[in-house]
Amino acid sequence: MNLQFLADGLLIGAMVGLGAIGVTLTYSILGFANFVHGEFIAWGAYACLVIAGGIGLGVGMDIAPVGPFSIGWAVLIAGIIAMAFTGCLALALDWLLFSRLRKHGNAIVLVMASFGASMALRALLEFLFSSEPAYFSHELQIAVPIGFGIRVTPDQMLMLALTLVLVVGMHLLITRTTIGRSMRAVSENPSLAAVAGIDVAGVIRKTWLIGGALACASGIVAGITVQIRPYMGFDLLLPMFAAAILGGIGSVPGAVIGGLIVGLAESMAVQFVGAEYRAAIAFLLLIAVLLVRPAGLFGKREA
Amino acid sequence: MSVLRAEGIVAGYEPDLPILNGVGFELRAQEIVALLGPNGAGKSTLIKAVAGLVPISAGQVWLGDQEITRLPPHMLIRRGLGFVPQTENVFTSMSIDDNLRLAAAILLKARRAERVAAMYQMFPALAARKSLIAGRLSGGQRQMLAVARALLVEPKVLMLDEPSAGLSPKVAAEVFETLKQVRDSGVAILLVEQSVRAALALADRAYVLAEGRNRHDGPAAVLRDDPIIAHLYFGGDPVAQPSPAS
Repeated sequence: MNLQFLADGLLIGAMVGLGAIGVTLTYSILGFANFVHGEFIAWGAYACLVIAGGIGLGVGMDIAPVGPFSIGWAVLIAGIIAMAFTGCLALALDWLLFSRLRKHGNAIVLVMASFGASMALRALLEFLFSSEPAYFSHELQIAVPIGFGIRVTPDQMLMLALTLVLVVGMHLLITRTTIGRSMRAVSENPSLAAVAGIDVAGVIRKTWLIGGALACASGIVAGITVQIRPYMGFDLLLPMFAAAILGGIGSVPGAVIGGLIVGLAESMAVQFVGAEYRAAIAFLLLIAVLLVRPAGLFGKREA
Repeated sequence: MSVLRAEGIVAGYEPDLPILNGVGFELRAQEIVALLGPNGAGKSTLIKAVAGLVPISAGQVWLGDQEITRLPPHMLIRRGLGFVPQTENVFTSMSIDDNLRLAAAILLKARRAERVAAMYQMFPALAARKSLIAGRLSGGQRQMLAVARALLVEPKVLMLDEPSAGLSPKVAAEVFETLKQVRDSGVAILLVEQSVRAALALADRAYVLAEGRNRHDGPAAVLRDDPIIAHLYFGGDPVAQPSPAS
């Protein structure tokens, strides 16, 4: 049996899991399914591309690939700036749209608004960059064998390592820091959080910033290992929701593990059943898990 | 001298449907004041409005000499107004320790550990199970944790919404005993309570509300024998006429 699907699945899972962290945080803290999250992925990837180009042209930094990788330092620096930009984009969208609608307290209005904003942002991206795919680099990557018949490119290994760092960092942030405790508190009971001295509006702002930044990271991983397209976030949206639900809404480790399960299920489907069934297999798995554990793998059951 | 005062409070969950129609009260230093009244009188709404959880459309609230009307809840706790809700008053998915450390986050870093330790000293039952998830605590233990969370930041005033709700008489008595100790430590207490006899035994003074208005007020010892109280709670004949808030 060819175990290549494991490497492919882990990489897809890492992209999905990174994006799903933002989805699960937004869902648990703001109480609605945010369809714009997919656009943050695409906007983040394009922002990184533009900023990396700007760094190369304007600052004169060497944009040549570093070591065995297809990207240089400019992309990594641009990635950090793009994460901040995408976080601010998410924050601006909340200020312009969602914070006003939240006052009416109707989740379905927020969901429909996010759907509309998602289409508008995607159309704007297509208008600005066309629907032609773009690439961080045209360098050829040679996949190297790592044992058991599995081959991975240096870029893929770098992206998996970066994902691991971000996921561990997020887990520590949520479980060990004051802002993490505040986010968990607002997620569980916003009124009690407020009387416990937590600035709920401030926590919501930080949630948008963190969710947007992680979506951008997911977009950069997808852009480096696959390609950049205006629809790249939209294509990841359903797997991200599946991962967030599978892992249990509100759980950061759950979102990542849910992402890995979805990614592995999709790549197994490609290898053993056929590429046309990849989404179906992943969602059958989701339904099967939810039938056994309705709150997801790490979710908390309603009392 | 009053530490917390409200005048002419009009408030409700919907802008055009006020539940409170000009209610007021005064809480003095080192005093326990009970808010009493039948179901639907507006007691819990009043305490939530003061805590910033229900919008106030008219009237003023002062904490000492500072007006705090319409300040958001997280600012009120920083000014010294603690609040313990009736239900869902602890974070059930977090440990006891995380519940307290979360509350301590508004203090200066240097004081956080000291205040958490002080709460464990005050509530030894909590200290014995710091890492236990709060959702697994009994009703009485949850109430203790909720009170500890509110007291941790050294409020001038502690407001509690029906602290004995759902507790056995023995546990409720323990909670009331704790509240006496809190009062004796210098914190004024405003209490909403359904258990009238227990509230009047604990409180120094009480306000009686009905239909979102002040109906009566006075020393708890006097109100225990008041015919208005008997009428509102026990179905007796009212002799005295309703009076405005003092």
